Amino acid sequence: MDKTGIHPGGEHAHIHVDSHGEHHEDLGFWRKYVFSVDHKVIGIQYTITGLLFLLFGFTLMMIMRWQLAYPGRPIPLIGMWLGQDRAPMGIMLPEFYNQLGAMHGTIMVFMGVVPLAVGGFGNFVMPLQIGAPDMAFPKLNMMSYWVYFLGGVTMLASFFQKGGAAQSGWTSYPPLAVIAPGQTMWLIGMVFLITSSLLGSVNFIVTIVQLRAKGLTWMRLPFFVWAQFVTSFLLLLAFPPLEAAGVLQLMDRLAGTSFFMPSGLVISGKPMLIAGNGNPLLWQHLFWFLAHPEVYVLILPAMGIVAEIIANNTRKPLWGYKALVYSVTFLGFMSFIVWAHHMFMTGMGTTMSAFFQTTTMIISIPSVVILTALLLSLWGASIRFTTPMLFALAFLPMFGIGGLTGLPLGLAPSDIHLHDTYYVIGHFHYVVAPGTIFALFAGVYYWFPKATGRKMNEMLGAIHFWGSFICINIVFMPMFIQGLGGMNRRMYDGGMQYAHNKELLKYNLWIGMAAWTLGLFQIPFIINFFGSIKWGKAVGINPWEATTLEWSAPSPPGHGNFLTEPIVYRGPYEYSVPGAARDFTPTFEPEKA
Amino acid sequence: MHSDQESIKKSIRSYIMIGAALFVFTGITVAVNQVHLAIPLAITVALIIATMKGSMVASVFMHLSHERQWIYGALILTVIGFAILMLVPSLTINDSIGTPIHVAAPAAAHTGH
Amino acid sequence: MDMNIPYTVEERPDTGLTNGKLGIWLFLASEVMLFGALFSTYIILRMGAPEWPHGELNVWLGMANTFILIGSSVTMVMAWASLKLGDWGKHRIYLLATFLLSAAFLVNKYFEYAAHWAHGELPDKSTFLAIYFTLTGLHGIHILGGMVVMAYFLGPGAKMYKTKPEQFTNRIEYTGLYWHFVDLVWIFLFPVLYLL
Repeated sequence: MDKTGIHPGGEHAHIHVDSHGEHHEDLGFWRKYVFSVDHKVIGIQYTITGLLFLLFGFTLMMIMRWQLAYPGRPIPLIGMWLGQDRAPMGIMLPEFYNQLGAMHGTIMVFMGVVPLAVGGFGNFVMPLQIGAPDMAFPKLNMMSYWVYFLGGVTMLASFFQKGGAAQSGWTSYPPLAVIAPGQTMWLIGMVFLITSSLLGSVNFIVTIVQLRAKGLTWMRLPFFVWAQFVTSFLLLLAFPPLEAAGVLQLMDRLAGTSFFMPSGLVISGKPMLIAGNGNPLLWQHLFWFLAHPEVYVLILPAMGIVAEIIANNTRKPLWGYKALVYSVTFLGFMSFIVWAHHMFMTGMGTTMSAFFQTTTMIISIPSVVILTALLLSLWGASIRFTTPMLFALAFLPMFGIGGLTGLPLGLAPSDIHLHDTYYVIGHFHYVVAPGTIFALFAGVYYWFPKATGRKMNEMLGAIHFWGSFICINIVFMPMFIQGLGGMNRRMYDGGMQYAHNKELLKYNLWIGMAAWTLGLFQIPFIINFFGSIKWGKAVGINPWEATTLEWSAPSPPGHGNFLTEPIVYRGPYEYSVPGAARDFTPTFEPEKA
Repeated sequence: MHSDQESIKKSIRSYIMIGAALFVFTGITVAVNQVHLAIPLAITVALIIATMKGSMVASVFMHLSHERQWIYGALILTVIGFAILMLVPSLTINDSIGTPIHVAAPAAAHTGH
Repeated sequence: MDMNIPYTVEERPDTGLTNGKLGIWLFLASEVMLFGALFSTYIILRMGAPEWPHGELNVWLGMANTFILIGSSVTMVMAWASLKLGDWGKHRIYLLATFLLSAAFLVNKYFEYAAHWAHGELPDKSTFLAIYFTLTGLHGIHILGGMVVMAYFLGPGAKMYKTKPEQFTNRIEYTGLYWHFVDLVWIFLFPVLYLL
């Protein structure tokens, strides 16, 4: 009874309903664990790689916060190893601060959260939740992961090139990004990462459309699958313009073109010898055309995860399933026409400002509907405070704060004061950090038993949760105060040089302390994650007593996933059905004759 | 769709005919260009001809004229996205607050605001 | 391989699609957005340029290439239709013809580019040249990619026809869809860059 490994075949599971009666011979180590085409292995690869990149991006931030809390003081522990180009005598150079900033954002968004949310959870859970034996294109799936890996390695390697890593913000605005060091490898890395996402999104959409099990109609799909479906369309249609823009910026850097370089540029007293007539705003449009839908890529899978966990731990159906589905679809559409709310300060006239302001206000409606539906799902519920549920519950008010603080940013008049201040940083971190990342943690705790056949430890989970929850609020809440006070983003000295920041500097110390403590509170999670693989409490097929299809497959599922052909008889959230014997009626349980 | 020999043979005839039509329209495109119309009119005419050629390729060669709902749906979304990408950035760049300052020096003149 | 993924060859009843058919159309959708970004770039750069060059490109060579590519689209769809009629010989001829026509397109492009380089007309000289080289260059890379796929189906990939003829035929259809898209992009590229 081998339940100790994360591998695609437990004892029982060589099976699927296959008329050829194929015998699956042993594939060997490399084809089984490294270049596997099995969506579960690929999902786990994405998960672990994504978590590692999240940790790395977090570390970069912890180093930044040292400089902000103690400007000009040598960085402890690693300061002396960073070298003369980054931190002579251990004291951070402004160029290095900028590298940390640009790479923190890039790594967290493109190498951490999205690969984990979509590549990890989407790959592992979605085919199981729809009753599919694998993804529609397993080999393409494998390629997606390895191209992502290549992109990630390229990004990390950029720290070691002369001049350092990219240092023009994750937004890479020209003309600065065209002349600054480190940008070329960033652009090449982005091309790999984008390609990986595009291949993945095709796979996801085809799988969801074509490989749903018998009886699994669209309105019986778990909300998690709907969220992944809309997310994949966002990735499919919004990423290509950034890929094009990346190529254009590469050409500006390497071939001397002037796609984004205006005429009359003078740098350090020397006029640039270029053709000119380019437009820096062109980059901003192409970048934000992706980057706005990208933020919905960040939040939608998280909402999907939270929805599943709330339904399961309230022992009630989700409130407003139809509203959730219509909202998430409407949100997907709207996300394509709001992007220039990131560009209110570019000299845009009142007509287009009003247009984008209006669409931005409209898009907040489906978000609120989704949040409200999830909140209302708690009413009258019999709540089980398991670790996944703790994180899922916290998501709700945290996303609420993140969303509400977005409103003054989406309204052009108030954005004039708040643009590029710490208020923005507070806003988006609330949505992504105690928002999405908490949801991702919830998902890890929730689906860990399906992937490994063991549960994670609840005590360590509670410590991880409470420590993270308290610290993360101390990190980000003061940023709203700093931003409202006018403290700008991306200043390596923490804003010291401006008189108006004087009263706000003290928060930098608190934020730093909270950030490092937050780092410490991830240690129980790391121990729990790896330790439980070996020593976690062994569980059966459906330890959470859940209703969705993935809980009918073995833990872990074998090659082909299901022992018998999965058939869906009812909707995904039939909890506490009046008259039923148990407080949950799985979708895969046949009707009593 | 093309499940029997007869319908495929009919399709082959339409492939050849559409191919010939595309050649003709290409010739028309170049010929119209020789006429040197005013720029806005020239753009309109060129795009109309190109769209007609493109529609022929899409509907006949790519069998789009009898494709499934899902494909149409995905393509409609794409067309909308494409239209947004064509129109909105240039609209936004052209919608500016106030008049830009034109510097007299030749190198710094038209900076496409 | 091993995993029996349903609807690879037979169509799923409620959607009427095979996986590959939906997959290739979705991929083409993303390609529309990719070239769309470059067309949008063209619009913005042209609006921002004090003057836009005319006569720098060889219209006759461009027109010839347009005929070549349209012709290759015809041979490509015929390559698929031949398979549906069970004519393996004709299929091979048409597929090879498509491959050769694509090569001719690229050869012409090479001559065009060489002429530009000889005159010092490089991408960094003006935004017109920059967007011209980028649009035609990206399009050329797509032609090359298509040729690689065709070479595969002419070469090692051909043996699938013996064991799984329907799946092979479908794959040729998907290749054709990609190829027609490449033709479609050129149908817009030619007038926009060469004529307007």
